[in-house]
Amino acid sequence: MNGRSRNEEAFPQLLDLIPKDREWHENRAHKFSEERKLELRLGPPGEEEDDVVRGRKESLLSLGYFSASVNGGHTQKPVSPPWASSSKTQNINQQKGVSVSSSFLQPQPSPPANTAVPNSSQKRTAPGPVVGWPPIRSFRKNLASSSTSKVVSQHESQNHQQRVVVEDKVAGKKPVADNNNNVAVGGNKSLFVKINMDGVPIGRKVDLNAYYSYEKLSSAVEELFRDLLAAQRDSCGGGIQNKQEVEKAFIGLLDGSGEYTLVYEDNEGDRMLVGDVPWHMFVSTVKRLRVLKSSELPAFTRGGCKQDKITT
Amino acid sequence: MQRMALSFPEEVLEHVFSFIRSERDRNVISLVCKSWYEIERWCRWRVFIGNCYAVSPMMVIKRFPEVRSISLKGKPHFADFNLVPEGWGGFVCPWIGAIAKAYPWLEEIRLKRMVITDESLELIARSFKNFKVLVLSSCEGFSTDGLAAIAANCRNLRELDLRESEVDDRNGHWLSHFPDSYTSLVSLNISCLGSEVSLSALERLIGRCPNLQTLRLNRAVPLDRLANLLARTPQLIEFGTGAYSSEIRPEVFSKLSGALSGCKQLRSLSGFWDVLPSYLPAIYPICSRLTSLNLSYATIQSLDLIKLVSQCHNLQRLWVLDYIEDAGLDALAVSCKDLRELRVFPSDPFALEPNVTLTEHGLVSVSEGCPKLQSVLYFCRQMSNAALITIARNRPNMTRFRLCIIEPRTPDYLTLQPLDAGFGAVVEYCKDLRRLSLSGLLTDRVFEYIGTYGKKLEMLSVAFAGDSDLGLHHILSGCDNLRKLEIRDCPFGDKALLANAAKLETMRSLWMSSCLVSYGACKLLGHKMPRLNVEVIDERGPPDSRPESCPVEKLYIYRTIAGPRLDMPDFVWTMEDDSEFRIS
Repeated sequence: MNGRSRNEEAFPQLLDLIPKDREWHENRAHKFSEERKLELRLGPPGEEEDDVVRGRKESLLSLGYFSASVNGGHTQKPVSPPWASSSKTQNINQQKGVSVSSSFLQPQPSPPANTAVPNSSQKRTAPGPVVGWPPIRSFRKNLASSSTSKVVSQHESQNHQQRVVVEDKVAGKKPVADNNNNVAVGGNKSLFVKINMDGVPIGRKVDLNAYYSYEKLSSAVEELFRDLLAAQRDSCGGGIQNKQEVEKAFIGLLDGSGEYTLVYEDNEGDRMLVGDVPWHMFVSTVKRLRVLKSSELPAFTRGGCKQDKITT
Repeated sequence: MQRMALSFPEEVLEHVFSFIRSERDRNVISLVCKSWYEIERWCRWRVFIGNCYAVSPMMVIKRFPEVRSISLKGKPHFADFNLVPEGWGGFVCPWIGAIAKAYPWLEEIRLKRMVITDESLELIARSFKNFKVLVLSSCEGFSTDGLAAIAANCRNLRELDLRESEVDDRNGHWLSHFPDSYTSLVSLNISCLGSEVSLSALERLIGRCPNLQTLRLNRAVPLDRLANLLARTPQLIEFGTGAYSSEIRPEVFSKLSGALSGCKQLRSLSGFWDVLPSYLPAIYPICSRLTSLNLSYATIQSLDLIKLVSQCHNLQRLWVLDYIEDAGLDALAVSCKDLRELRVFPSDPFALEPNVTLTEHGLVSVSEGCPKLQSVLYFCRQMSNAALITIARNRPNMTRFRLCIIEPRTPDYLTLQPLDAGFGAVVEYCKDLRRLSLSGLLTDRVFEYIGTYGKKLEMLSVAFAGDSDLGLHHILSGCDNLRKLEIRDCPFGDKALLANAAKLETMRSLWMSSCLVSYGACKLLGHKMPRLNVEVIDERGPPDSRPESCPVEKLYIYRTIAGPRLDMPDFVWTMEDDSEFRIS
């Protein structure tokens, strides 16, 4: 126990807090007249804006804004809801049979359609992507974006028998011609693997099935990371000279002769140099790629003296 | 009643209590009298803690000395949608440290939205001699190394479930750490893992566990290996495939089909990543057995889905992408009369134009055709009051209704009116509604309906809705059973919050982000309500660097008997009595 008074009666009510009368509620009595004022201000939306501003200032004075009569006011049935009308759905927007129980419950006349938006908050958010909306877990977002390239409306492809050109965001990737049938062959199925580069905090993903050789992969790696690396170095100072340096950095990715070397982790979890085995064998065993600073590699693997870990 | 209670020896009462599994009933029992409180606390084997900061580990241990099973939840629900900044908290470490000492006979740990390290997993593996169940749901902070420690040491492990967790995949060999003598596995869910597991280790493991009932693989497991795996586990009840595509080879197809048919108990299928429609007929023979089908990763078209669901006459739960379209939901309504739960996820939530024909009609059909439907999660792009009213009338037995109209503040597309009346009908007709998520254009009126009718509502999610404080006031003053309320981007402010401060102590938590609650009001609430932790989350810097009237970015309020938490990162401030003097 940390000695705070609030913990004293903790055990009997553990996990099951039951509200009790709190002494600050007693303060409510002499605030009553003030509450009444505030209560009245909860009127039709017209007065509301003024209220929010004033209300916020005064909010520190009292917790009891809505008087007991308002709090308890819900024992009365408020408005008889529009959907309660017995004739089915056409009447849903009619506001008839409304009984008034208190001023703020008074129904507003149905506004004309195009002004049916009395929402002040609407001004605050511009349309466009909002963080966390729509409420989907991030793994579903990934699923959606990776699947859109593959799923072609079947009706379309059946009707038109067209070959649909699928674009992909990954730089350097050739547009892949695809249709329902040759997905089945598996030749064009995408194989995305993670790729990270030393000194660049953001990883990328690359579709290995979009390339057919190590050389193409090497230039794709450059495209994926050139700007990121430049941005990274820019933030540490530098300028135009940097650009050339960055381009230079990607020379010799495959033979270990340059500033960086491309390595991969294979399906057994071992780290391997890229380029030792035939391309198709590489594609079938690679799990993730990494662009390592050559200086971080053990000396004997550098300068073209590769160790053959996998014999072809 | 009291005489009877006294006449029973404690042992008898203890035995009677042991049949009462409901947490709430046990809570009520402990309030009857002092002796029941004492008896009950000594025989409570399970504890569920809905918020790991609501109570301290020592308090739980002191009251319940004999716990065998503990469930803990950490981060707020909105963390699922990236609204809770990285590093917010929910660390399970102090809990594991304490229970490792106090409960050597602990058998089960279930965590949700918590951060658990490899060290904690190793401590679990070392500390509990008879450990059986580890469920990490939407957890993070650990790697396959921690899992290897669990595998190597927990000889009696029955269930290992990593559902939707974020695991650092160091190597696929952790499965081979299960010793050769280990045979007790009943349930294994590794669907969240990104990289390949060692298939030979997996085959050996499931082959020697005769009681395995649930196996959910990850995307990296290729289709042509499924038949081999299934052949070793004919007793399987729930199965999650990996990637469901491969080159078309007749022998792969026939082997898979045969293996699936061989699992006579199979009731549930999931997985289906990268699904290839040509392989779907492999599951046709077992469709009529299925009660649960998760196709929410399966990017297949309406016609294929229709063929599939039309054969699943006993389906109770279906999760599917919106590729099913209205036509598919019509078919569902005709074929699946036992359906209880439907979730339809968006295939392309960020597209500006609809990419599929999925509207309110599909949901109306299902509500008409499936009399047992009681739980709905539905993403769509258009809705009408008329449709909502029809759905509510059709399905008064609905207990969970979550509707997400993808574009915020979308009105009834027929009348351009707010959807107040539609959601109002849902809360009025569905008397047992416990969970509700709102979307679309909504005014304060919908909250009046919710406050008036939503008497059993326990969890409410609100986004981009309402006009004023009155909306929030209706919810807080009206929903008697509300436990969790989460609100984002609504013009709700201080007045409603402060007026209903006492209500907050009856709830588990309140989340408000991008609303109008001022820092001053947060401070006041923190002062006046010592049993509430009022936490301001603001990544712009200390809130006291701005005027008190300035709205806070995010606000998380929860009741607690443990006091302010001690593990706050530097973008979280707790409002306490002495908050003004606190060094921030």
